[in-house]
Amino acid sequence: MLDDLRDLYQEVIFDHNRNPRNFRAMDDADRQIDGFNPLCGDRLTLFIKVNDGKIIDASFQGQGCAISTASASLMTDIIKGQTEEEAQELFELFHKMATGEPVEMDDLGKLAVLAGVCEYPARVKCATLPWHTLDALLKGSEEPVTTE
Amino acid sequence: MIETNSNSMTYDVEKIRSDFPVLNQQVHGKPLVYLDNAATSQKPQAVIDSLVNYYANDNANIHRGVHTLSERATLAYENARKTVQVFLNASSEKEIVFTRGATEAINLVANGVAEYISAGDEILITAMEHHSNIVPWQMLCEKTGAILKVAPINEDGELLLEEFEALISKKTKFAALSHMSNALGTINPIKSLINLLHLSGVPVLIDGAQAIPHIPVDVQALGCEFYVFSGHKLYAPTGIGALYGQLDQLEKMVPYQGGGDMISMVTFDKTVYSKVPYKFEAGTPNIAGTIGLGAAIDYISQVGIDAIAAHENSLLEHAVEQSKNIKKLRIIGTAKNKGAILSFVLDGIHPHDIGTMMDHQGIAVRAGHHCAMPVMDFFGVPATARASFAMYNTHEEVDALMAGIENLIEMFG
Repeated sequence: MLDDLRDLYQEVIFDHNRNPRNFRAMDDADRQIDGFNPLCGDRLTLFIKVNDGKIIDASFQGQGCAISTASASLMTDIIKGQTEEEAQELFELFHKMATGEPVEMDDLGKLAVLAGVCEYPARVKCATLPWHTLDALLKGSEEPVTTE
Repeated sequence: MIETNSNSMTYDVEKIRSDFPVLNQQVHGKPLVYLDNAATSQKPQAVIDSLVNYYANDNANIHRGVHTLSERATLAYENARKTVQVFLNASSEKEIVFTRGATEAINLVANGVAEYISAGDEILITAMEHHSNIVPWQMLCEKTGAILKVAPINEDGELLLEEFEALISKKTKFAALSHMSNALGTINPIKSLINLLHLSGVPVLIDGAQAIPHIPVDVQALGCEFYVFSGHKLYAPTGIGALYGQLDQLEKMVPYQGGGDMISMVTFDKTVYSKVPYKFEAGTPNIAGTIGLGAAIDYISQVGIDAIAAHENSLLEHAVEQSKNIKKLRIIGTAKNKGAILSFVLDGIHPHDIGTMMDHQGIAVRAGHHCAMPVMDFFGVPATARASFAMYNTHEEVDALMAGIENLIEMFG
């Protein structure tokens, strides 16, 4: 019945939703920021620890759907060890993928499991909320981020 | 044709469905099951025809032309006002002001009563209000220095009557209460609440946006000063609604907007406003929408609002009963007196995922905060999924809803 939804809800997404990675508050974070989707009420707090321009730890907390939880889980995993510039570049790439612009999937690694959202306009913001939040954090903003 | 008595045995839902062309389609290869009626209802052919007929035959501006088309358009527009008057049992058609919807009607009243609200006065609302019956009052409080008081609800989503009564004082200058909650389905005992408020001389606005398609409304029997509703939840087009206001209340309020059609004389020194209701209807109004609203009321009056309510209640009962078989499902809003709204959460599954997965089965439900964030906060959920029923829904559609929920729980694993 729901098989044709598998392009959106891949098993990896269910896995990250059930057991989100890096789902914790970080008391000694260098930076943290809130992200909010006023349309649906989803919210998350993103934490990072940076050393010499390199993201050495990342975590998040909050409430969201499977898509946004999996996206935050995958994101915090993948940016660990990246420089701020690399994470910024990845945000641009991810944003392109989620909104259906052509990108080289190999550059996105595990994040490619979220490529299906571009077919679901109402759900694109679920996947991009954690990334918009990261983008604001990297740009040094302290104001809560909204997707509107 | 449509039966007009309230016996649900003779309620011909298939005939009614055939009057709504939009229902006859497939979504993602499945027959459409439209259960998002609390957001907006579908439109019967009679309403669609009324719009087409107006634009094809009678389109002209109203209240200003002496030519035939303008007279026809004016007559149709004013006939719709009479239709709304009769529908609400208002004592005069002058008490009916057309607005863009319930939201604009509430803003119009909040703007009008601001004249007699001062710093320290209190405005009373309830904890189950839609944002449209919260924000205009917050804006009024900001402007005047008045204080917003919120009457609390219990775990079933019912208003706590003793607490409500205790919040009424000499300082209370206005109250704005929802007739039926859009997020929970709760139907408030508004007649008793109005009586309580009137004992202290407090004027009341009733937000009927959610109640109007489900509950017969008699504004004279209720005695409320104001009653507002939106047409689009009542099978009428979007962008049209109405404000009922007692004549003396409307007369003492300042106009909401200035412009054409709301004046009787304009010079650069002074403008004399029209009488009510026209002083609240500045500019060329939504003429087609107003005519469509009249057609929608004619349509539902033919079926009978009591018969519709009985049918919808039977759908809700069936849904509540069936939902007990789904262990992960928790209903949000379990008031004893509630309308045809099933707001629910599924353990471990976010409402947005429910929404997408239901859509893939052709089933339209709402997922989100339903413009009632304080209600979500009270129940400790970020959002709910909501199935809301209308006159054209069937028991089979309720079964499809439940099967759809079972399917997505299985997929989620």
